[in-house]
Amino acid sequence: MTKKTYRLDLEALSGRLGRGQGRNYWRSLDELAETDEFKEFLEQEFPNQISEWNDPVGRRRFLKLMGASLALAGATGCLHLPKETIVPYVQQPSEIEPGRPLYFATAMPVGGVATGLLVESHEGRPTKVEGNPQHPSTLGGTDVFTQASILGLYDPDRSQSVSYLGEIATWSGFIAAIQGVLGGQRAVQGAGLRLLTETITSPTLGSQIKTLLAGLPSAKWHQYEPAAPHNTKAGVQLAFGQPANAIYHFDKADVILALDADFLDSGPANIRYIRDFASKRKLTGGGTTMSRLYSVESNYTNTGAKADHRLPLRPSQIESFAAAVAAGVGAQTGLATGPVPAEWVNAVVTDLKEHRGASLAVVGEGQPPGVHRLGHAINQALGNVGNTVTYTDPVEENPVDQIASLADLVQDMNAGRVQALLIIGGNPVYNAPADFSFAEAMNNVPLRAHLALYNDETSQLCHWHVPEAHYLESWGDARAFDGTVTIMQPLIAPLYNGKSAYEFLATLTPRPETSSYEIVRAYWQTKNPGAGFETFWRKSVHDGFIANSALPAKTISAAGAANQGGQNSSQQTPAPGQPLYTPPSSQSSQTADMNGLEIIFRPDASVYDGRFANNGWLQELPKSVTKLTWDNAALLSVDTAKKLGLSYEIARRGGEHGQIIVDMVELELQGRKLKAAAWIVPGHANDCVTLHLGYGRTNSGRVGTGTGFNAYALRTSGSLWSAPGLQVRKLDDQYPLACTQFQHSMEGRDIVRHAALEEYQKDPGFAKGEFKNPLDTPSLYMSYDYDHGYKWGMSVDLNACVGCNACVVGCQAENNIPVVGKEQVMNGREMHWIRIDTYHVGQTSDPATYFQPVMCMHCENAPCEVVCPVQATTHSAEGLNVMVYNRCVGTRYCSNNCPYKVRRFNFLLFADWETPSLKLMRNPEVTVRSRGVMEKCTYCVQRISRAKIDAEREGREVRDGEIATACQAACPAEAITFGNINDPASKVAKLKAEPRDYGLLAELNTRPRTTYLAAVRNPNPELEKG
Amino acid sequence: MPQIFHRSTNTISRLTIFGSLFIVALLAWVLSEVGISSYATEAWNARQQPVQFSHKHHASDDGIDCRYCHTSVETSSFAGMPPTKTCMNCHRQIWADSPALEPVRDSFRTGKPIKWTRVNALPDFVYFNHSIHVNKGVGCSTCHGRVDQMPLTWQVATLQMRWCLDCHRNPESYVRPKDKVFDMSYEAPPDQEQLGQRLMTEYNIRSTAVLISCDTCHR
Repeated sequence: MTKKTYRLDLEALSGRLGRGQGRNYWRSLDELAETDEFKEFLEQEFPNQISEWNDPVGRRRFLKLMGASLALAGATGCLHLPKETIVPYVQQPSEIEPGRPLYFATAMPVGGVATGLLVESHEGRPTKVEGNPQHPSTLGGTDVFTQASILGLYDPDRSQSVSYLGEIATWSGFIAAIQGVLGGQRAVQGAGLRLLTETITSPTLGSQIKTLLAGLPSAKWHQYEPAAPHNTKAGVQLAFGQPANAIYHFDKADVILALDADFLDSGPANIRYIRDFASKRKLTGGGTTMSRLYSVESNYTNTGAKADHRLPLRPSQIESFAAAVAAGVGAQTGLATGPVPAEWVNAVVTDLKEHRGASLAVVGEGQPPGVHRLGHAINQALGNVGNTVTYTDPVEENPVDQIASLADLVQDMNAGRVQALLIIGGNPVYNAPADFSFAEAMNNVPLRAHLALYNDETSQLCHWHVPEAHYLESWGDARAFDGTVTIMQPLIAPLYNGKSAYEFLATLTPRPETSSYEIVRAYWQTKNPGAGFETFWRKSVHDGFIANSALPAKTISAAGAANQGGQNSSQQTPAPGQPLYTPPSSQSSQTADMNGLEIIFRPDASVYDGRFANNGWLQELPKSVTKLTWDNAALLSVDTAKKLGLSYEIARRGGEHGQIIVDMVELELQGRKLKAAAWIVPGHANDCVTLHLGYGRTNSGRVGTGTGFNAYALRTSGSLWSAPGLQVRKLDDQYPLACTQFQHSMEGRDIVRHAALEEYQKDPGFAKGEFKNPLDTPSLYMSYDYDHGYKWGMSVDLNACVGCNACVVGCQAENNIPVVGKEQVMNGREMHWIRIDTYHVGQTSDPATYFQPVMCMHCENAPCEVVCPVQATTHSAEGLNVMVYNRCVGTRYCSNNCPYKVRRFNFLLFADWETPSLKLMRNPEVTVRSRGVMEKCTYCVQRISRAKIDAEREGREVRDGEIATACQAACPAEAITFGNINDPASKVAKLKAEPRDYGLLAELNTRPRTTYLAAVRNPNPELEKG
Repeated sequence: MPQIFHRSTNTISRLTIFGSLFIVALLAWVLSEVGISSYATEAWNARQQPVQFSHKHHASDDGIDCRYCHTSVETSSFAGMPPTKTCMNCHRQIWADSPALEPVRDSFRTGKPIKWTRVNALPDFVYFNHSIHVNKGVGCSTCHGRVDQMPLTWQVATLQMRWCLDCHRNPESYVRPKDKVFDMSYEAPPDQEQLGQRLMTEYNIRSTAVLISCDTCHR
């Protein structure tokens, strides 16, 4: 009888820890443990005796139905093509040429901070988001949120009408209601009026609110966002006595110390930081030096994975570590140092000191303000200010302590001082600190209105709900992390009559129906009066940013840094009575209980603070290190799991290992309890648990509701990012998680290759190994002549890739790739054409991690092609391995014969063919696949065709760089390069000539067109010795 | 036990066995003929349109160039269908009261577009691009026939893959000088093969191997 599950025995693992030495890569703990049971389990990857599928439809019945529908499909195939109509314009806009997309510059704000974008529009439908290469702050990079925002726009679950007490209402009704309230509030100078917004960087919105408050001086503006840089701001305030915005220049830093800072995957500037960081790590064009990154962190993050040295510590220990480093480099600390690994501190301090002016200490948002102050002090002591770190004024319109701001509001609401609460964006009922009891407090307000994209948890408790216009539907403006202003232009009229924040605020003015366009334009006209305005406006809108609007670097002294202890310069007026919230002092509050567990909260890499919970692309995106989809989990280390008696079972469904059954735990923090699934992360710090925000939504739409566990239930204003005193109890309950990490086994093959910098300097060709590409091996199959015309190929730099997943979502958007849902991911049926494989090397307590994006290799000797019985996958003259969907009969032989496992099969009708709004979203250049069809990466053949046709029409060859595949265009690290290998001057040809170039499984003589540049790490010899 | 079957059944069975081969072959032939017949492909069927628009009148009698209405044929995958405005350019002056043109005027008045019936329809998994064909010397009439002689438009080819491949395999038999692309009355000269070879070099038409690669039309 075949075993359907395999439970990992952590005890067995500990006996084999020594195996994780050297170049032994592993993907999962089971692979490392290598028990006989696991091997047997693996060998039965396609067991014969699985009697019945788990689906409710039995196998026999399914086949019967399939047969019947096949017969019917055959019959309909003989009939005529369905009648089609052509519907031309009545008056065609002059810039639109049907069949040719247009690109418009705009920007997407997340947490208020904008990313410059170019959006592709087909006859008025935005279909794809790309970075704006001219934007001075982000330089054309994107992240998963911007890439997935196109699905957010067309999400059929978005709120579609104004409602009052749950009933459909009208916008004019809302205006009348607001104007009524406003009339009453004028008499009391707005004493009962409160605005609650998210972080606002928009100069126009800022000016609108300030004008409003000038007219109603007693009204108040509160800001709250759960994942805003609360501590970062407080840290700067503490260090310098004034608000400022620190900008790091990783392209100038030779030694970087990241203190719990995941600067590569979170934070407003991460797109630019990835680019700058990667530029110092590429080693292309004969480079032999690279920067060195030390990462001290608790959870395993992308930054930790890219680090040359990583030290897992609990949050409270990181504080001690920072203090020790600060003392070592001669910065004043004022913080007591706890026990920290001395050799680490010494090595880091020596390295930092050797690179004065070219080193950098970055402190993550999760650390308390005091540690941020240390970070600034370290940079100052090392002379980095002005070189690797610069300061500007804050990009926010009103940089307040948001927790204090929300506390103030809650107190006012509890005291009955609030007559009308207007919530503009955000979802405070769901994500406000648990100790604020926001929902109960809000019930005291007689009139509550909420502007939001979804009818969410907060909307449910508000009298009025107004659907918000998506950023692609409205005019607006916002600042990037460096202050550069983008005037955002809409790509489409609001699909559901949504209103922007500008229009919402305009209802409080004498002209309540002013459009966003008028408001934004009028604001900028006041800034640029005179005849030149029209030119300024047109140029700014066209370019996607206002020239030279980045905030200038300013010199700030660390006078405040000398102030030690709890002297806090909060600008908040203390509320009467017992304060609901005391801003954190510089002195740590976390040293209290070093023995218990600590909890860590972080924004999620996929759903952020919960706002993207209903985005299927993001939900199904395997998270960088854990490869979990559709859920968050309580992440803990191997040792902590062992202590708590936790493990997991790998289940087998659909012949794959996508379902992992894990133990449930109960987390208790300060009397609040939450049940969550426990997930073991090798390399996580011991004795702490990471829980990501944004899951456990109760009202987010059909996709997001009910996924994961709500971390906000435990999060209080005093434990924003971490807290001691966590109790974890194992429950007698299990939970299935969908994880893509277990699906393929390496079988000991040499897949990801890496070396230390020294080894690379000695032997640049280390990655080639013993194997030489067998160009002249005899073959039974006919060979192709690639010497003429184009020869497309790709190069992926493993040293640059930071595993951010932007390529995965970019590909999904470009190629109409469907979402399959948690059930099907557990069956191993996710459809991503590009995946990022994660490999670990070393001890389970602190492994090194390597990311490897894997897409179709477009083998010159493609194993898939020769086994297709219907020639549905064939070779093109330019070397592409092409898929012809309409020929495919779904034998899946090709997938079986593909050594890279990059082929994806539509087991069911995964593509949504019904929902009207999703039809608008599709890329018209790519076929929407049906059930029973194999698909895979095409090298974005539609983009190749477009560029070729454009070039041919102009009687020239395709220029190098003219074609960027969707993954390449999305990549903020510029790790992916595509082009014509036959052109020796092309970028890709040069990269393929690099000594680090190697082909994945090239020993199989597949001659892959996609090759990799092996990873190189730059370890500190001093730490290596230990 | 007596024989069940008479001796003559031997002949019948032989006939059936060998005859079935012919029957199968015949059936196959019939099917393939039906497949390319105008019954299946709807070629040669003039389509009814919301407005009785005559290409013959406009292109031939009035001498209007194809590109006056199909504006994007040289630059886009889609040849372009004229917006109502294009019709009204002339028809606000001539035949301004004609009852036949009422749907056009109605569209212009109300802003509701005219819904034309598509004549030359390709399956959705085929990505045909007009501009590249026109720019490489494939004339309108090569695929669309003498549209200038069609009162109501019909399709003249099967539009099946084998028909496409005819030309993609032997472009030299079909290409014409670029200045003749929009010439409806163009006839291939007797030396088409030589001319075709010369034009293929001149226009840098890709090798047959590229032209018949699947990704040229399917993605």
